[in-house]
Amino acid sequence: MPASLTINGTDHEVDLPDDVPLLWVLRDEVGLTETKFGCGVAACGACTVHIDGEAVRSCQVALSDVWGDVTTIEGIGTPEAMAKIQQAWVDHQVAQCGYCQSGQIMQAAALLFENPKPTDAEIDEAMQGNLCRCGTYPRIRAAIHTAAGKLREA
Amino acid sequence: MASVGKILRRSFLIGSAAIVGGVAFGVYYVNRPAPNPLKPQEGEAALNPFVLIDQEGVTLFAPRAEMGQGVMTTWAALIAEELDVELDDIRVLHGPAAAAYYNSAMLGEALPNKGYDISDFQHNLAEALGVLGKVLSLQVTGGSTSMKDGFERMREAGATARETLKQAAAEQLGVDRSLLKTEKGAVVSPDGSRIPYTKLAVAAGQIDPPSVELRDPSKWRILGRHHPRVDMVGKSTGTAEYAIDVRPEGLKFASVRINPKLGGEMKSFDASAAESMPGVEKIVNLGNGVAVIASNTWLAMQAVEAIDVDWGDAPYPPETDALFGAIAASFDGKANSAMRDDGDVSVLPEGATEITAEYKLPYLAHATMEPMNATALFTGKTLDIWAGNQAPTIIQSKAAEVAGLDPETVQVHTTYLGGGFGRKGEYDYTNIATKLAMAMPNVPVQTTWSREEDMRHDFYRPGAMARMRGAVKDGKAVLYDGQIAAQSAVYQAMGRLDVPAGGPDKVLVEGAFNQPYAIPNYRMRGYVTNLQVPVGFWRSVGNSFNGFFHDTFLDEMAHEAGRDPLEFRLELMKSEHAPSAGCLEAVREMSGWTGKTPDGVGRGVGFCYSFGTPVAQVIEVIDEDGTIRINKAWIACDMGLALDPNTVEAQMVGGMIYGLSAACYGEITFSEGEVEQWNFPDYDALRIHTTPVTEVRVLETNRHMGGAGEPGTPPSMPALGNALFDLTGRRARTLPLSHSFNLLI
Repeated sequence: MPASLTINGTDHEVDLPDDVPLLWVLRDEVGLTETKFGCGVAACGACTVHIDGEAVRSCQVALSDVWGDVTTIEGIGTPEAMAKIQQAWVDHQVAQCGYCQSGQIMQAAALLFENPKPTDAEIDEAMQGNLCRCGTYPRIRAAIHTAAGKLREA
Repeated sequence: MASVGKILRRSFLIGSAAIVGGVAFGVYYVNRPAPNPLKPQEGEAALNPFVLIDQEGVTLFAPRAEMGQGVMTTWAALIAEELDVELDDIRVLHGPAAAAYYNSAMLGEALPNKGYDISDFQHNLAEALGVLGKVLSLQVTGGSTSMKDGFERMREAGATARETLKQAAAEQLGVDRSLLKTEKGAVVSPDGSRIPYTKLAVAAGQIDPPSVELRDPSKWRILGRHHPRVDMVGKSTGTAEYAIDVRPEGLKFASVRINPKLGGEMKSFDASAAESMPGVEKIVNLGNGVAVIASNTWLAMQAVEAIDVDWGDAPYPPETDALFGAIAASFDGKANSAMRDDGDVSVLPEGATEITAEYKLPYLAHATMEPMNATALFTGKTLDIWAGNQAPTIIQSKAAEVAGLDPETVQVHTTYLGGGFGRKGEYDYTNIATKLAMAMPNVPVQTTWSREEDMRHDFYRPGAMARMRGAVKDGKAVLYDGQIAAQSAVYQAMGRLDVPAGGPDKVLVEGAFNQPYAIPNYRMRGYVTNLQVPVGFWRSVGNSFNGFFHDTFLDEMAHEAGRDPLEFRLELMKSEHAPSAGCLEAVREMSGWTGKTPDGVGRGVGFCYSFGTPVAQVIEVIDEDGTIRINKAWIACDMGLALDPNTVEAQMVGGMIYGLSAACYGEITFSEGEVEQWNFPDYDALRIHTTPVTEVRVLETNRHMGGAGEPGTPPSMPALGNALFDLTGRRARTLPLSHSFNLLI
């Protein structure tokens, strides 16, 4: 079924079955590969994107159920013009293999929209669905605190 | 030794070659002709470059895979240090599959010494045996060897390039080379004018490289300090390209199901339901499994799941208990090795108290974040493979066999790896991708495994058992007699490379036989279990189980002796290996270790010497209303020279978390021949809220350079078990701990 989607402010027409998850629409149809496949069962958070500003697991949202504008990590910043949260990730040298980090950053960005000054406990609550097998969690926590500070200054 | 020395000298010569618009610096294959080995002759193997300079700029090749450990940045730093270029101003790429990118350090590790007691003579011998790496074309990223391997070669490549560029400038300016300096990618003349390397590249390609001396470390401006990683912006913006992200023109998407009874045949299948499913373009019979090529990965996964398959049985006992029965039974056979046999363990020293214990550790999956995948394009005459991989030359030759092609026509494109941990040194996934590409010639096909397929078709960390017997007297260990039994990951891996396997398996007992303790009667024996469960190299390999076995039993001996467990270890270690003792002293100070903890708090110490690096860890657990949380951790390591201390810290923390994840939750079990774990909900890992606050100290007293990627893993598991014993009085002799302790999840 043809469907239309707004992704990072751009409209896309796609022709795929209704039940194809948004993740695979983004990756294999639209060509936005920055959103990653990790588990397919909402257990790792690697596929996290925003729909109308809310963090969702794109592997669990069927194409026909996408209820609003989609933002992927390409939509929040680029290598030439990084978002503050991405700059904080670079400042803290967070990534190792880096595969989970698109999802980590999108989850953290959604947290900071809602809560500009999260405590450690609030970071734990918001981020525990995002798995990192390299174990970058201590630097993720530090980067979120730094990004929160920079966003409050702005 | 003479002939080995000759080969070594030749292998360290760095050559140059003119390229279109510039010059490349690199190494030649070992068996080049002895006279003037740097002159490429017609038809001979081309130079494999580490440095490429043309009008566009400077490009460095890091022929080790970047799987998160920072190797790309630090190998580039080794070159940049001598070449006088800024890391920001250069491009760093993965090198192609090539024989000259052999891993010299890895085979050096195959020597039967303990490592920590290595003399300078043995150290040289280890480097000499590293020549075998070239002969076997082992371009492998593993064994925490990348820095040891690249330390000399990369700096020589950078220095050779620098002096050749200076010579080109000297000839252009009509001055002596010794009057010229280099900085920031340019040659600087005595009057201060600058000629960029890019302008000298063509002329440099015509000059025989002069011999060079490496700079004294006191002159270093890059090495030994932290530099932002070259991959960090890409990985913080989603733009870093992994194998799963490659999108060649016309790409099709495939998914696969291999017999879950691992190694079993496929008797028959019925794909009639799958054939008419949306997006499906082709069903492929792989012999031991089926695959679907489709227009979308998810549609391929749905269709391949809809195929009805009759699977043959696994070639091993189908239940976990029977597998461990076989492992236990191997203790009754002949020992495969006794890599350590000091004093006489057959006699209990007079007045000593004897204790014994048996330990058992499960099979484990690697569970890299990026599920197994590879992309291939087969034209009938050539094959291109895109894969995150730890062994491109092996993948190249195996894929060539599958495709019936000459290896030289197979191009392996190494991307970033979304985790490796040893899993991506195998070639099963690239062979499958090759078969699917052959089923659809001239069309690139990306084969992505579901997480379930990935979890259930691994080369697992072997399940292992240990039987320990020890004796203490007057507060000291006087006897330690250990037996370890497991499948041999090395034998199996050699079998997969068609290399005959046999002889003592050092890896099976590493982390047990080579620990730096002065115990007078000290024996460690290994027993190889012959089972067909696929096993392989899992971050820290044998140390991943032996670290737990050896150190936990030492802790038991300390308690039996009525001693503080940290002091007990330190006393045995001091005379044996000062860098190891230094690590224990460091964590004692960092953690404010007193040997006493308040109610509701437990602390444990763990230690393991592995990959040339001693690592000590103290872990603190706290009881929060009946739920146990890992609260804090302190790590001290000593790999000698730490080329980038910030990256070393990241590896130490990450290695510990990988080990703690396994210790808390990791377990692969079998029923009816199939792995019972499917996905992260039943094979979980530490998460942000279960990770301790960690402090790391990087010591640099070790005389020989050790590894960073793996040594953080082994001591974490005993440290946690020992902490839980301190908290609860219950001794963990099996893992995962979530079975016997109420851990925070």
